[in-house]
Amino acid sequence: MEGEILRGRVFKYGDSIDTDVIIPARYCTSYHPEELAPHCLEDLDATFAGRVKPGDIIVAGHNFGCGSSRENAPIAIRGAGVSCVIARSFARIFYRNSINIGLPILIAPDAVDGIEDGDEIEVDPTTGTIRNLTRDGSWQAAPFPPEVQEIIQAGGLVGYVRKKLSS
Amino acid sequence: MTLAEKILAIHSGRDSVRPGDMVMARVDMVLGTDVTVPLSVEVFRQMGAGKVFDTEKIALVNDHFVPAKDVKAATLSKIMREFAREQGVEHYFEVGRSGICHSLLPDKGLVRPGELVVGADSHTCTYGALGAFATGIGSTDMACAWALGELWFRVPESLKVVVEGNFQPRVGPKDLILSVINRLGVDGALYQAIEFTGGAISRMRMDGRFTVCNMAIEAGAKTGLIAPDEVTMGYVDQISPPTPPCNNRGGKGGRPPLGPTLLRSGGDLSSDPDAVYSQVLEVDVSDLEPQVAEPYLPSNGRPVCEVEGVRMDQVVIGSCTNGRLDDFRAAADVMGDRPVHPDVRLIIIPATPGIIRAMLEEHLVERFIKAGAVLSPPTCGPCIGGHMGVLAEGEIGLFTTNRNFRGRNGHPDSKVYLSGPEVAAASAVAGRITDPRGF
Ligand code: SF4
Repeated sequence: MEGEILRGRVFKYGDSIDTDVIIPARYCTSYHPEELAPHCLEDLDATFAGRVKPGDIIVAGHNFGCGSSRENAPIAIRGAGVSCVIARSFARIFYRNSINIGLPILIAPDAVDGIEDGDEIEVDPTTGTIRNLTRDGSWQAAPFPPEVQEIIQAGGLVGYVRKKLSS
Repeated sequence: MTLAEKILAIHSGRDSVRPGDMVMARVDMVLGTDVTVPLSVEVFRQMGAGKVFDTEKIALVNDHFVPAKDVKAATLSKIMREFAREQGVEHYFEVGRSGICHSLLPDKGLVRPGELVVGADSHTCTYGALGAFATGIGSTDMACAWALGELWFRVPESLKVVVEGNFQPRVGPKDLILSVINRLGVDGALYQAIEFTGGAISRMRMDGRFTVCNMAIEAGAKTGLIAPDEVTMGYVDQISPPTPPCNNRGGKGGRPPLGPTLLRSGGDLSSDPDAVYSQVLEVDVSDLEPQVAEPYLPSNGRPVCEVEGVRMDQVVIGSCTNGRLDDFRAAADVMGDRPVHPDVRLIIIPATPGIIRAMLEEHLVERFIKAGAVLSPPTCGPCIGGHMGVLAEGEIGLFTTNRNFRGRNGHPDSKVYLSGPEVAAASAVAGRITDPRGF
């Protein structure tokens, strides 16, 4: 993941996109990306799963991922091919889960203002730089605290714990 | 320091911590359920961890989709059951002896004041009612906690809610928390710890305190806490008779005495007078009206008079928010001898087998059944639209649960209103949303 520049089309949504619309509990008897992805965001935008292409990016308002602790939510998003989520703010368990499974998420309120649905954007998850390719604009996301960077650099929490257990 | 800061400091071996600090802290209890455990088991293996850090500090609870609603759900429970056996996990709860995790763990004496508890379920914050720091995590985090016995935490700012006054009859803890969430908004306490204090909290029984702390997450909070007092200690003593001070884990079924780590280190379980809060919210409950949260957000709470008359198809009294004995007592008191409205399905879901036993003793089960309600086994069921009362297209529910997001309780076009047990009971009888006062 490190050093990789992400580029994709934007799906833009509003505030408080909750885990029940990201992946309804009726599908949470599975935690496998290929089973979750076709239902990702289906109660909010039934066309999403059909339209999303690998690399596409979700841009949203405040409190993205609020609600349940279900890790099925970031797994469904990643499984659908989404390369990154940018929001004004994230609910805390969703934030932790995304970092832990290695789904890049960026807090960048200014970028959310300057990006429209359907725009083509480019993101460097390592530096937090976001560029709008459809219309002018480039922004800098808030940097991750060092402890979180350590987890990201280990490729998520699995790599981090493996390292710890073997040291 | 605030109570939240003290608990995190002691569990990370520091003298003090400040909001924003990142700490690696030891956990006293790690909770998982049939929905979240199977993924953790997979991740635990990927981590290369052979054994869990402590077989007595892990609770595995069958509650979300049990008794198994279908083959997939049965498989989830099976994976959890086999993992519990393989690892020798002491606190594995099988169907029949299991209940909704956030009622079950306190009732089994598995959460104590001053402890640091994590759970792969967002309403783990419920245990803050006992003066524990308890917060929700995901499945990968849980696998990490099983492997290492510790996790990273960002020390949260604390937000104080001071609650004074006396509730009117048939107005209670759920009405309070719905109105607080309405004032804060769904992310008004994002990343923060909410500390509830004041005369109305001191006078509140444990069942009500659990209801209040349960919904802290609905304002985005990391946890909700109430500093332990006589009510807390009375509850803990009655649940699990105090064991003599000991430095081991107390063996099977036993746990160390209250707030072990804090008390041992000479710390106390309350916030210091000079503790710093991000915000102080004052609430007087004396004129608080019964509250109802409209679809599709728990922060849509408003006085019942504004939504009175809305017809509904189904009423659910249960969940980790309002599935305790006091809730069923309150509901039965409102209903009296009146039957459930012919157009309404009333589903009663006691949260644990212990609550069912108590309800039997008080003849509450008999009363609900006579009234035409159906009694469900302890399960999350309709609270997450799993089973036991899922809503069809266009149907309207009035639930005592904690979330009414679109599609959560059934068809995406169904609607759920949230309320306390009193409004739910009056409405089940009347067939439309009704003020329980003077009902
Ligand atoms: S009762 Fe509802 S909110 Fe509580 S743990 Fe179960 S699903 Fe979650």
